[in-house]
Amino acid sequence: MSGAEIRSAVEELIAAYVSAIDDGRLEEWPGFFTDDCVYRIIPRENDAQGLPLAIMNCESRAALCDRVSAYRKANLFAPHAYRHMLGPVRITDGGGREVRARINYAVFRTAFDPVGYGASELFSVGEYRDRIVMVDGAARFREKLVIADTCRIQTLLATPI
Amino acid sequence: MTINRAFEAGLSARASVWPADGESAVPYRVFVDPAIHQLEQERVFRGPIWNYVAMEAEVPGPGDFKANFVGDTPVVITRGRDGRLHGFVNRCAHRGALVCRDLRGNSSTHVCIYHQWSYDCEGNLIGVPFRHGIEGRGGYEEGFRTAEHGLRKLRAAAYRGLVFVSFSGDAPELEEYLGAVARHWIDRTLGRPVRILGYSRQVIDANWKLYAENVRDPYHGSLLHLFNATFGIARSSQQGGVSMDPGGGHNVIHARRRDARDETLAYAREKVRSYQKGFSLADPSLLRGRPDPGIDTSTSIQSVFPTLVIQQIANSLATRQILPRGPRRLELISTFFAYADDDPEMIAIRLRQANLAGPAGYISMEDGYAIELVQQAIESGQDGSSFVELGGCEVESQDNLVTEASIRGFWHRYRGLMDRGA
Repeated sequence: MSGAEIRSAVEELIAAYVSAIDDGRLEEWPGFFTDDCVYRIIPRENDAQGLPLAIMNCESRAALCDRVSAYRKANLFAPHAYRHMLGPVRITDGGGREVRARINYAVFRTAFDPVGYGASELFSVGEYRDRIVMVDGAARFREKLVIADTCRIQTLLATPI
Repeated sequence: MTINRAFEAGLSARASVWPADGESAVPYRVFVDPAIHQLEQERVFRGPIWNYVAMEAEVPGPGDFKANFVGDTPVVITRGRDGRLHGFVNRCAHRGALVCRDLRGNSSTHVCIYHQWSYDCEGNLIGVPFRHGIEGRGGYEEGFRTAEHGLRKLRAAAYRGLVFVSFSGDAPELEEYLGAVARHWIDRTLGRPVRILGYSRQVIDANWKLYAENVRDPYHGSLLHLFNATFGIARSSQQGGVSMDPGGGHNVIHARRRDARDETLAYAREKVRSYQKGFSLADPSLLRGRPDPGIDTSTSIQSVFPTLVIQQIANSLATRQILPRGPRRLELISTFFAYADDDPEMIAIRLRQANLAGPAGYISMEDGYAIELVQQAIESGQDGSSFVELGGCEVESQDNLVTEASIRGFWHRYRGLMDRGA
């Protein structure tokens, strides 16, 4: 693939990824990853100190599916929606079989509970550090690290970033 | 508001709505009233108790420091050149500015940027610019003594790697304050050297005491947190108990594994929504742990009055600090740790099982939501009170988990402090 084709594939993957979350189509979320993927949300506080703790830590696509099942069937949280705003894609390594990319993100969370209905707040800002591979002609996340500047999470984090 | 007015407001609230005997009903006003919040600063947080502020592993070497809060008051915990722990209020003795401006670090001195008054690791004043003026003019008078202008020092002590500070000379020594029951469980969980794995932080729009109740409330475990029951994971909540110290403030909710089939039947009989059939984890590696030596509970949630929680959920270990941020908000800071001699596989297990706790935790995320729902509804019902009679009205250890005895224990200790002099 040419550099332009790689960039285009990466940008499309990331745009489709965030719109699936923002639209509430969470069942589609694991499909953006490889079977042996890693997905972690790591507070910047930990990343900066070289501490490994992630607040969400999925080490397979099956683990992502479990997050979705728990989201739908088990976990309880105030109804809300996300809206992702993304910065430009910066491809840091596109030479081999895997593309590495970094993208700034901001997630606004809008409440739909009776008390906060319709109010939006900046919920999380940070950076995606992605490793992307082609699987059967489609770009997929082999690894997606969400390095969250926002270490202080308002109430809880149920929906992935 | 003056202390006297705050005191009177607190007094009238207690007189009007606490039950005449015991703590089986909690007036909602204690969760919203700014005057009560103010009074707590003096009577609870600066009272004759010990406040958890750090793990020793966070300040291992001479000069290491960590900034934190005790109630509303900013504090710093340091390790001196002599290796001893020191604590002081993070407020310059000169004009009151915050002296230590980093969350953590290493420094042999702490210098207020405003006028460069400098302090050593123990909070002693060691430098005052232009103390004698310039060319004999200005400066402080002859009677000025640096020894009289240090930072407000706190008592600092550690037990099994947990660092506490106290504002009060009336607090007993830390070991005595913890007591035999709390020490037993701390010895069990923290009997070996630890290493820090990382932190999680969340803010919850609820009074800090609603969270202090939550961690002492074994009743909600299987009813609010549906993860285990949904995925057919053996619920531990039906077998276990509550241990508490004679004062009631320090509690441990502990649960042991039991046969999954008995568990499921118990849920089915109760027809609670937590019972569901047919789901299982697609990636069961989440639950593949290894026994930790000496730990025979599937879950233990230990509370040390007022604001420390020590969490053991399977192999996921953490301390939690409940930090009041005004009467209607709290911050919850979790410090996840491993044992220093853990092998890489064990570290990986602990990091994976961290999915169970914290702000995105499978069996913890609902806690913040639930107590916010309480805060939202009681704002308009401040004359009311909660009903805390599960398991009777007693304040003592229980051999079951269908009880609120430990919540009553918290309030017993809290009232004992707040009513002092009343």
